[in-house]
Amino acid sequence: MSPRLRWRKFVSGFMLAMTGVCAFVAVSVLFLILGYLVYHGGTSINWNFFTKLPTPVGETGGGMANAIVGSGKLLLLATLIGVPIGFFGAIYLAEFSGATTAFVVRYAADLLNGVPSIVIGIFAFILVVHPFKHFSTLAGGFALGLMMIPITLRSTEEFLRGVPNALREAAMALGASKWKTIASVIVPAAYRGILTAILLAFARVAGETAPLLFTALGNRFWSPGWNQPTAALPEMIYRYAISPYDDWNRQAWAAGLVLLVLILVINIVARAILSRGIAVPRS
Amino acid sequence: MNVGTTTTTVPSAGPLAGSRSFLSRLRQGDEIARMITFLFAASVVLVTVLLVFELWQGSDLSRHKFGFNFFRTSVWDPIFGQFGALPFIYGTLITAAVSLLIAVPLGIGAAIFLAELAPARVSDTLEFFIDLLAAVPSVIYGVLGIFIVVPLMRQYIQPALKHALGFLPLFQGPAYGVGFLTAGVVLAIMVIPYIISVSREVLLSVPRDQREAALSLGATRWESTWKVVVPFARAGIFGSIFLALARALGETMAVTMVIGNTPTISASLFSPGYSIAAVIANEFTEAVGDLHTQSLIELALVLFILTFILNGVARLLIVATSQRGSGMGNV
Amino acid sequence: MKRITGLLLVVLAFAGVLWADSALSITGAGATFPYPMYSKWFDEYHKKNANLEINYQSIGSGGGIRQVTEGTVDFGATDGPMNDDQIKAYQDKHGFAILHFPTVLGADVPTYNIPGVDVELSFTQEAIAGIFLGTITKWNDPAITGSNKGVSLPANDIVVVHRSEGSGTTYIWTDYLSKISDEWKTKVGKGASVNWPVGLGGKGNEGVTGTVKNTPNSIGYVELIYAIQNKMPYGRVKNSSGAFVKADLASVTAAAAAAVKSMPDDFRVSITDAPGKTAYPISSFTWLLVPAKFSDTNKRDAIKGFVKWMLADGQNYTEALSYAKLPKEVVAKELKAIDKIQ
Repeated sequence: MSPRLRWRKFVSGFMLAMTGVCAFVAVSVLFLILGYLVYHGGTSINWNFFTKLPTPVGETGGGMANAIVGSGKLLLLATLIGVPIGFFGAIYLAEFSGATTAFVVRYAADLLNGVPSIVIGIFAFILVVHPFKHFSTLAGGFALGLMMIPITLRSTEEFLRGVPNALREAAMALGASKWKTIASVIVPAAYRGILTAILLAFARVAGETAPLLFTALGNRFWSPGWNQPTAALPEMIYRYAISPYDDWNRQAWAAGLVLLVLILVINIVARAILSRGIAVPRS
Repeated sequence: MNVGTTTTTVPSAGPLAGSRSFLSRLRQGDEIARMITFLFAASVVLVTVLLVFELWQGSDLSRHKFGFNFFRTSVWDPIFGQFGALPFIYGTLITAAVSLLIAVPLGIGAAIFLAELAPARVSDTLEFFIDLLAAVPSVIYGVLGIFIVVPLMRQYIQPALKHALGFLPLFQGPAYGVGFLTAGVVLAIMVIPYIISVSREVLLSVPRDQREAALSLGATRWESTWKVVVPFARAGIFGSIFLALARALGETMAVTMVIGNTPTISASLFSPGYSIAAVIANEFTEAVGDLHTQSLIELALVLFILTFILNGVARLLIVATSQRGSGMGNV
Repeated sequence: MKRITGLLLVVLAFAGVLWADSALSITGAGATFPYPMYSKWFDEYHKKNANLEINYQSIGSGGGIRQVTEGTVDFGATDGPMNDDQIKAYQDKHGFAILHFPTVLGADVPTYNIPGVDVELSFTQEAIAGIFLGTITKWNDPAITGSNKGVSLPANDIVVVHRSEGSGTTYIWTDYLSKISDEWKTKVGKGASVNWPVGLGGKGNEGVTGTVKNTPNSIGYVELIYAIQNKMPYGRVKNSSGAFVKADLASVTAAAAAAVKSMPDDFRVSITDAPGKTAYPISSFTWLLVPAKFSDTNKRDAIKGFVKWMLADGQNYTEALSYAKLPKEVVAKELKAIDKIQ
């Protein structure tokens, strides 16, 4: 074996080993993050955290009950806004539209997807907070809903298109009209993918903070109804993390852990559904 | 009497080839379904157009007052009504550059490992974990940044860099812990998953015979990867980098928690700075006076245009590679 | 189809339940300077009035002024009183006035984090101005060591921390600096948001305190209670009579004494660099910004009720948080001014 060949083989082995190191580093970051959160946050999670309201500044013992509920309301509203638009829009793209319209809609969705979340926050402020003269759950939900639209739209469209044409033809042959085909054949066939898309979009906006800064503002109490400012987990994490109070810092870790676990679980479930690991009940 | 269905045409997208009248489609509910779903699809376009319009409209005052000087002045003074975007643009670009310098080699390396070396199951499992990393919210990276990365930088890494490379203007100045470098590091962690998953996909889409041809000509494993496969997928890999860049530019929370929030232009990476997204987050709710608010909206417009262009280019590159991969085939 | 209808009904029911406005919710936003006090007050007031929730968000005085002018919050709060232009803008926009109501007296203190130094430092006017102008860069500068004999200060670079957003605390600090330093006055000026010559930015009093706490060799300006609650050292400042005074209830009250006699009707007054041997030179009132007219009478009555309570029982909570009570004369004047809220 010539020296040159030996060198080349050495380089080959070395570089490939390095790529392994890169992969290892990338993956271990995830576990480090989880580890830190579990370590710092795990000790701070207690019953108070889930049931109590925040206490006045400087006093200990408060919790994030209102933030948890607030996040829930925001996400519910976001889903109610984002999912129907994404879902029905995708049906239009996959089943009804012509090529140019489809291109325009997809382009707009991609554009929306790429907008930084802080800019969406400004948009929601101008459109909802300013006219209504209120920081509100409504504004926050609107901002988050906007962010859910593109993900839901593109993924649903892909899965709808993925349904084999044979199914469509069969339904047509049996005399079903277009919309009936869509409702009872195509959509159920793409059920898994669509559900996955919705879950992933949900997980994506669950952790968003920036859009909430100008819309939901924050609340130290329960937020009644939909037209008042509300606390939310990501926003509380931000406030508490930059503060000097140890108790608040601990709560920030705890909230971070709760949020991350929620998001990771949704992601894992979504992917499992897609790979047919979990049985999804069908009507 | 028309039965109302076609028997031979395959309906993909678009209305059925005109064999049913409008009224019969209406009666069957198809036209209504079409109109309803069209409305939803149109609303997406409407919202996006409205967004751009509001950004344009909302920055009217500052655009007219400052014109292109907005991008050349570095004074941001609310009292005297002077608003220059340069420090924010600088900070945004520098932190993005640092993040890419760290994330691209690591990311591509990891992608090569996953696509070329790892057995399919290992590759899929690791990819699964990396996708999870992409799902971690920005604010959590911020928390980790404040409590873990900043002290690490301040106590160990920045002094070490200063010691070893302090002759470079890049590594001079006091080690605050917060600053461009720290923000870049945190951003790097955030964008690595994007680089890895897209690069891995484009690498996997490179036809087998490219590799086999190289190997049969006597190349080592590494050489076939680095000199044949990667260049083949080059466009897609660049696409992933642009995607990562677009994400890095728009990041708000993690950046504002570790960058120092000072509008400064400095050659040193240790210096605290500011980014476009961070200044908007900090100042928007309390910008008193129209000029201040509109200057911030103009910044938002700038950010939007930047990410828009980058995302567009990224998509083109990625699509081009995948098509190339499947189109070229074997013969 | 049935499943969809069922789901829809559940969602609507859920929404309906959540839509029910059980409590009257009032939103206020603004200064972080009095935030510990306000959060205590609103919490206590809510305990006494379970149907009323006053949600106060500390986004900075600049935010308070802006949002109350926009009308997106019911009341604002600031430690830097609105200037004439801002008041006029409010009047023009709404057709009625915006009223200032002082709530407590507080102080901006220079808090620092110097490894190895946990004693009280004394700062001259030149020292403070120089540090924040960036002309004094090291802790062992003669301007600082001169007034701190016996303390060994390291030769480390000073890390200045200031506010990253529009802040009344900043207003108070820069108001003081403008009075004692011509260089500051011309170079930077006073305001809620200035072009800082040096330093890192933290968000809110909380952010500045947090940054100083975590950054060695740093110095920042925060409201007194933030330094106390976080057990951080803060320095004495030389006042107009030449004495080095530490911020506490007595010295802050003394600072207000001179201004009380000449308190204007709109309560806007600056008490920085006040005369008096025992006065703390960086003290200030802090104000609630209340619109003179409310279309919602429930809200109006609720706010009036709160202000009355704040001027009476509320004042009993201030000292525990190191804010000084309002002078009696000011309280009396305010009680009369409440009637201006229609």
